[in-house]
Amino acid sequence: MSHSSTAEMKVYRPPVVDIIEEGDELLEVAMGPHHPSTHGVFRMDVALDGERVIRLKPVFGYLHRNHEKIAEKASYLAAMPYTDRLDYFCSLTNNWAYALAVEKLAGIEVPERAEYIRVITAELTRIQNHASSIGFLMQEMGASGTPLMYAFREREKILDLFEELTGSRMMCNYMRFGGCRVELPTGWLAKAQTIVDGLPGFIDEIEALLTGNEILMARTQGMGVLKPDLAINAGVTGPMLRATGVNYDLRKVDHYGIYDRFKFRVPLGDHGDIFDRYMIRILEMRESVTILHQAIKDIPAGPIMDPKSKIRGFRPKPGEAYGRIEAPKGELGFYLISDGSGNPYRYRVRPPSLINLTILEDMCLGQNVADVVLIFGSVDIVLGEVDR
Amino acid sequence: MKSTEEILALIHAALPAANVELVLNPSPCAQHSLRVAPADAFAVASFLRESDELALDYCSNVTGVDWPDKEITEKVKVTQLVDGEEKIVEETIKRIEPGYLESVYHLYSIKRAHEAIAGPVVLRMRTINRTDQVQLPSLTFVWRAAEFQEREVFDLFGIVFTGHPDLRRILMWDEFEDHPMRRDYVDPDDYEYEPTPHDEVLKRAEQQSKPTGVTA
Repeated sequence: MSHSSTAEMKVYRPPVVDIIEEGDELLEVAMGPHHPSTHGVFRMDVALDGERVIRLKPVFGYLHRNHEKIAEKASYLAAMPYTDRLDYFCSLTNNWAYALAVEKLAGIEVPERAEYIRVITAELTRIQNHASSIGFLMQEMGASGTPLMYAFREREKILDLFEELTGSRMMCNYMRFGGCRVELPTGWLAKAQTIVDGLPGFIDEIEALLTGNEILMARTQGMGVLKPDLAINAGVTGPMLRATGVNYDLRKVDHYGIYDRFKFRVPLGDHGDIFDRYMIRILEMRESVTILHQAIKDIPAGPIMDPKSKIRGFRPKPGEAYGRIEAPKGELGFYLISDGSGNPYRYRVRPPSLINLTILEDMCLGQNVADVVLIFGSVDIVLGEVDR
Repeated sequence: MKSTEEILALIHAALPAANVELVLNPSPCAQHSLRVAPADAFAVASFLRESDELALDYCSNVTGVDWPDKEITEKVKVTQLVDGEEKIVEETIKRIEPGYLESVYHLYSIKRAHEAIAGPVVLRMRTINRTDQVQLPSLTFVWRAAEFQEREVFDLFGIVFTGHPDLRRILMWDEFEDHPMRRDYVDPDDYEYEPTPHDEVLKRAEQQSKPTGVTA
């Protein structure tokens, strides 16, 4: 292409490692699709020079079921339970992102109580996601099981809350366009408060065991470094982006829902390595706890659904909307085009997991093959969302 | 952050030759978009990223939309000679509005994220048709976020992004021949269950194996 602007504009491409001498042979390894560290079915085609990674190509699609096409053939409401299956660790934030996009498309207002319930469930989701993602990271580091079980112990408590509220532990299918599906059960808020009160103790415990741990520091500090300008250009979001020091949290930028009412800080990293990502997740859990305290204290009484919103036979006027939220893994967006009929003309999911994997090669080049597993684990992905 | 009209004015001021037009969005969220001629897309995208005022350094979402051929029925009044007299007769005319594929980019600014709240800047491009002229310029070299997503659009919609560094299928397997997100995609029949397809099943199997889209 002959454009004058290309000359001065910085182009971000993965570096080409060229350290092979004459006669050297490369070892090509297919890590996956059934490697235990891939959290599902995902393959990395790695070329190795000894132990060093000199090329890495991710291969996707093993879990592809064309979620977008299925949703385009179904009604707006029928796609809601299906969003649970995207990132099956965080079904409530998936629900919220989809509901937000539809609410933007049709101009639906959400009652105050429903907004508070959304914040409470989303922040609980964030805590259990970050806890288990740290647990999985430790699992990949060789700490088989124990840290993960500590994380799952807390996660179970939160899932019990979800079960009581929505009827399901993981596939919650709870939010609706203009509110939430059911009212909080009696005593639910008190139970939630007890669990939230216990969370700082859990975070202290996990920090006491891990943060100062010599093995953890040796294996994560300075590993898989991501530079902020590359992270921005490659569309990396969530804790991955903030670990590089970029202050971009959609809860603060977009103020979607009622996030402007809560006092909380956005933790930022400095080095962009695996340790910073671990630390950001720990700190974000603490901030989520402060949001939860405020939300549980302030939640007002009132309706949980906009009485004007129509659930069945819902036909938004022609138009389009892009709605996004800060999901635990990054920016989760839904892009919808309506042609006035009962099902979306175009339904698109912007998956944070897939786009955060774009820079996997940049982070892994030149590292040992054993560290690829760690770097991959620090991205925090769910294959149900990557492949859709 | 500025309104879409102001952004359009900024583009026209910086790149007077660029062919960019405003596309209004009737939805209440009023996320209007800018349609760029494919030839100018790279220059416009580079300007949006590099311009200090806009600094749209973050490309959030890239996707495709399929708009198939539309058959439009119109009633037209025509004067005709009927039995030696001139009469005005109503005639129904069917014309086909040619379809196209569209690529959509949602842009935000991280550098100027905290200055004001605003919706995304939406950039759109259209192909000439849906069959053989489906090339659009790739914006991967402006925003690397577009790389895998453009691959996905190529895979599922069949838009060929010229200048893309690694345009392969990403979600479907390499040997797959159609583009499943197109509106006229036919779901595969389960003819595999029949040891030897015959009659109706054979017909459907043959129909299915005919590639309809374009592969690179």
